[in-house]
Amino acid sequence: MAIGDWIRNSQVWKSIFRHPAPRDRRNRIVVMLTNVFLHLHPVSVRKSGIALSYTWCMGGITFFLFLVETVTGVLLMFYYRPTLEHAYNDILSLRDVATLGILRELHRWGAHAMVISIWLHMYRVFLTGSYKPPREFNWGVGVILLVLTLLLSFTGYLLPWDQLAIWAITVGSNMARATPFMGYEGPGAKFLAIGGVELVHSGSDARFLLLGGRFVGETALLRFYVLHCVALPLAVALLIAVHFWRVRKDGGISGAL
Amino acid sequence: MDSHAHGLSSSVQNGLGGFYLVCALMNFGFAAYFHFQAKNRTQVAIWGAVGALFALMSVAYFGHFGWSLSHGIKDFVDRIMNPVSYFAISILALAAVLYFRRFFTNPIVAWSVLMITLFCSGFAMTDPNFTAIITKPDNVPIVILIFSVGYFTWLALRLAVINDDRIARGEPPMEKLEEDKVLTWPDLVYTELICMVVFTFALVVWAYFLKAPLEQPASSAKIPNPSKAPWYFLGLQEMLVYFDPWMAGVVLPTFIIIGLIALPYIDFNTKGNGYYCFNERKFAITTFLLGFIILWVVLIVLGTFLRGPNWNFFGLFEPWDPHKSLPLNNVNLSDYFWLYGFGKSVGSMHWLIRELPGILLVLGYLLLLPPILAKTILRDYFIKMGFIRFFLLVTLIQFMALLPIKMVLRWTINLKYIVFIPEAFFNI
Ligand code: HEM
Repeated sequence: MAIGDWIRNSQVWKSIFRHPAPRDRRNRIVVMLTNVFLHLHPVSVRKSGIALSYTWCMGGITFFLFLVETVTGVLLMFYYRPTLEHAYNDILSLRDVATLGILRELHRWGAHAMVISIWLHMYRVFLTGSYKPPREFNWGVGVILLVLTLLLSFTGYLLPWDQLAIWAITVGSNMARATPFMGYEGPGAKFLAIGGVELVHSGSDARFLLLGGRFVGETALLRFYVLHCVALPLAVALLIAVHFWRVRKDGGISGAL
Repeated sequence: MDSHAHGLSSSVQNGLGGFYLVCALMNFGFAAYFHFQAKNRTQVAIWGAVGALFALMSVAYFGHFGWSLSHGIKDFVDRIMNPVSYFAISILALAAVLYFRRFFTNPIVAWSVLMITLFCSGFAMTDPNFTAIITKPDNVPIVILIFSVGYFTWLALRLAVINDDRIARGEPPMEKLEEDKVLTWPDLVYTELICMVVFTFALVVWAYFLKAPLEQPASSAKIPNPSKAPWYFLGLQEMLVYFDPWMAGVVLPTFIIIGLIALPYIDFNTKGNGYYCFNERKFAITTFLLGFIILWVVLIVLGTFLRGPNWNFFGLFEPWDPHKSLPLNNVNLSDYFWLYGFGKSVGSMHWLIRELPGILLVLGYLLLLPPILAKTILRDYFIKMGFIRFFLLVTLIQFMALLPIKMVLRWTINLKYIVFIPEAFFNI
């Protein structure tokens, strides 16, 4: 291990990792404290809490898939232009022209997997009663994360701009038209009128807000693109930070009292 | 089981050969466990034999014998399948698993159930309609969902049964035995690393072998039939059969979200915090399972695999015929009340009078039922939970129950709407 030692004794290595390799108890503690990413974790954890049969590792897998989606998503953004003219063809060339050609697959199947893993994570948190005090609030943060994850998936579904995409989004966004008071075919919307002029019509209701138009067209594509690539991921990243912070502040992964 | 070739394509046959080979290996692995670990001769013999059976099937398909499911069985399955039997069977199955949890969580029983499922799935895949739906790239996640939810439900119930026994004996749950702390490095970070590597590998394999779907370019002229929402929303789309969009797409989902967030504040039971159990949280777990398994996963599976053109129901093996038409003879509650009850036509009535019975029914359900329950059978709960918690709980459960109530009314008396005020888009 001469080379290994040489590297570990070099100035460069020592400037990055400010302690010897985590081989003894002291340095295994130090490594957790000095590394910003590892520092997400506590230094020591309850044995029962990290058993695979207990957490199913589903929270971690959800987080991992979120990272996968971020990386592949950024790469996809190099290729994809959210306009009626280019969207579909850009997706086509991702398959036919781009090297290896599985970028889109990684992103799509990763997204599906994330929806499943987040459900399973919620399922296990419920079944271990881990939402009970003092973790009520973090469960709530989780529910918002769940909603945002579904919205991320939903907004992404439109981007390939094929038949599957626009009709799925049409079916989904048609619901917004029926929002009580805020959709023009929703109950109560008709009463929102001033002097016979309806306030809520097909050009001003919740669905219009979502699509930026009366049907799924270019404005909808742009809105979904911005939501999908910027707004929702930022919100999810922020909430994941809160979520992880609270897991630790609420006493670490739950365990029998 | 016909033994003559039905013109199964060779790729299907090879696929099935591989499928049964995997099943065979799984059983040999199970047998090996009993041989080396549990040292149970009988089990070794049983699972060795089952493995051999699967191996035989595998050889038969690789040899292109073309065994496939007979028309008789397919027709029979299609004939007994409809939304009613589908839901009834799902609910009965869930009830049975919960009630006989000790039996079903026994690994040997669970393994047998899994093997029977795999055996039948293999045969089902000899049907072109079934295979076409199952292997649609966007439907593959649902197959994964079915098996993973099944597996984890089994795992959680098994751990729950073990803990319940321990608690009954006055011992602490298993989780309590491992209370001592271990260092995050290496115990946790290595687990995470291995998990990450395994998942990266699995995702790359999945991405490599299964192309993401891309259909024709979007066109507002050609509406596909059926038009389906993304699979994770198909439960909501299935609700459209029973409710208008404002209920199925807006109100009920909002209540799901509110209900989930409110859950920790409603559940006042302090037991069962941080370990698997069932007996200490019977009500909470049963309610949650009804919501998650039946009203979410089972609905999604229905919406994906069994709903075809015009959102009609199709049996597992039934070709998706766009011209299939089912007689629609649904009747509104107002008709039942005024027309059948009093012989009056509702055509010329003012909407308020026409819909009064329905409105009163709904108001009664939402406003009268909670206090009545608080006074009578749920009195203990009311006292323990206090006013706000109790009414929140009952209201949430009432909204959750709306779907099954409407389903049963539809199936039994063809009820279309309880309240029908199209003038205001207010239909329930
Ligand atoms: C992007 C989505 C999410 C990510 C990345 C995430 C990640 C995690 C991780 C890594 C943990 C540590 C323990 C474990 O892995 O099980 C955790 C715990 C927890 N999660 Fe999540 N989660 C997400 C969504 C949710 C959802 C949807 C819920 C519930 C509705 C939820 C509720 C909780 C609670 C209550 C804990 C503490 C559990 C305990 O201490 O045992 N999370 N989460």
